[in-house]
Amino acid sequence: MASVSVSTTLNTDEVEFLCQADETLLDVLRNRLGLMGAKEGCGTGDCGACSVIMDGRVVCSCLVLGAEAQGKTIETIEGMAQGSELHPLQKKFIEHAALQCGVCTPGFLMAAKALLDANPSPTEEEIRFWLAGNLCRCTGYDKIVRAVADAAAEMRGEAS
Amino acid sequence: MRYERPETIGDATALLASAKGRAFVLAGGTDLLVRMKSDAFEADMVVDIKAVAGMSDISETADGFEIGAAVPCAALGEHAGLVAAWPGVVEAANLIGSTQIQGRCTMSGNLCNASPAADSVPALVAAGARVRIAGPDGTRIVPVEDVPQAPGKTTLKKGEFIAAILLPKPAQRSGDAYLRFTPRTEMDIAVVGVGVQLALDAKGVVETARVALGAVGPKVVLAEQAADTIIGTALDDAALEALAEACSAASNPIDDKRGTAAFRKHVAGVLARRAAKIAYERAGGK
Ligand SMILES: Cc1cc2nc3c(=O)[nH]c(=O)nc-3n(C[C@H](O)[C@H](O)[C@H](O)COP(=O)(O)OP(=O)(O)OC[C@H]3O[C@@H](n4cnc5c(N)ncnc54)[C@H](O)[C@@H]3O)c2cc1C
Ligand code: FES
Ligand code: FES
Repeated sequence: MASVSVSTTLNTDEVEFLCQADETLLDVLRNRLGLMGAKEGCGTGDCGACSVIMDGRVVCSCLVLGAEAQGKTIETIEGMAQGSELHPLQKKFIEHAALQCGVCTPGFLMAAKALLDANPSPTEEEIRFWLAGNLCRCTGYDKIVRAVADAAAEMRGEAS
Repeated sequence: MRYERPETIGDATALLASAKGRAFVLAGGTDLLVRMKSDAFEADMVVDIKAVAGMSDISETADGFEIGAAVPCAALGEHAGLVAAWPGVVEAANLIGSTQIQGRCTMSGNLCNASPAADSVPALVAAGARVRIAGPDGTRIVPVEDVPQAPGKTTLKKGEFIAAILLPKPAQRSGDAYLRFTPRTEMDIAVVGVGVQLALDAKGVVETARVALGAVGPKVVLAEQAADTIIGTALDDAALEALAEACSAASNPIDDKRGTAAFRKHVAGVLARRAAKIAYERAGGK
């Protein structure tokens, strides 16, 4: 199988890698670039654990080829905190105990970030619909939804 | 397997036409990548069309709208003009999958995957949409309903791919709607899907109508006799009843784990009635 040479912007760094033509972006991130944040829950687009933001849209990295990252801007969970300063969403997830085992968490955080980038004041219904492609077997979702709403409020400068 | 990313339509058709084994167009990959992971799947080449000029554009033309084959469904819902003109088509496309899937999936991929349950297809057929097909011998334009042939099979010839979906300019006093039945509200496959488009005269009488049914046969059904039942009516109860019966009659579904044939026939009628009412209101009827 022919290798493909790819250059992309990953969490503001210029990155180059070689991958197989049929290799997914998720496998490239985890196996070639050492970024273990995105998880493989299903590999078929159903669970959202592999969510990353590509050119501003949240996508399942298990359904993107590594080769498709050419010239794109990719954001993963590893780029979310600024140094040791956690993103408001990360802080609120901890505060609201919106995670238990944590397997779904990077995916939820990336999807929620894409939501708040597009819509700084989502309703509860909008949050629930937006996150419908992210599955969590532990929390029962309620705490996640509250954490996202609270982070949105904080980012709008409203006291919670 | 080779991965190719051509930048012109000519290069894309040349690659597809010259491929030795099986070549696949890659749009959003939300069907293709799932298939690629199965052991039974074999591809010699994947031709990513997203870098082809114009493929990612929605343009308003004198005749209506032209939607490039690589436009993700999320972008349809962000296009105010398209939402205003074809709310049913946009709603159908926006039902596909989750936020993550929406960022990638395309209507052309939905059509070419040729699943009988594809959500955007009945809405496009009801709207009278056509596709522009590019191929080694030039381009041809065909109605959407002529693209799927059987589950997983299209009428496209080797070297051909869909370059754009063409939606007409909506007629005066017209409206469209799409409804599907799924056991869950999100992330599920249609058990039945119904698209309706109609146009009214100044008195609110249905002048033209198109009704399309999904998941009730091997491919989308353009139910012309069903549409005839509401033409010339003001969509009163008797007309709606006749529409529902005609849609059930036009359905030829199978029993499967998602629903029985009898249930699907019934639901086709129920959804047609509801979709017709929405389309009628959107057309300005009361
Ligand atoms: C989690 C999940 C949920 C889903 N939910 C739904 C749903 O609710 N409703 C629904 O209808 N579908 C659903 N799907 C299926 C899929 O997302 C849609 O069919 C989607 O529209 C496919 O578009 P795509 O651009 O991703 O196609 P791709 O995967 O890129 O392509 C699909 C097929 O069409 C061919 N193709 C693509 N573009 C062209 C073209 N321009 N010309 C010729 N051939 C082409 C490809 O070679 C391939 O065979 C879901 C999929 C997933 C993974
Ligand atoms: S691993 Fe990608 S959606 Fe589940
Ligand atoms: S915290 Fe365990 S799956 Fe969500």
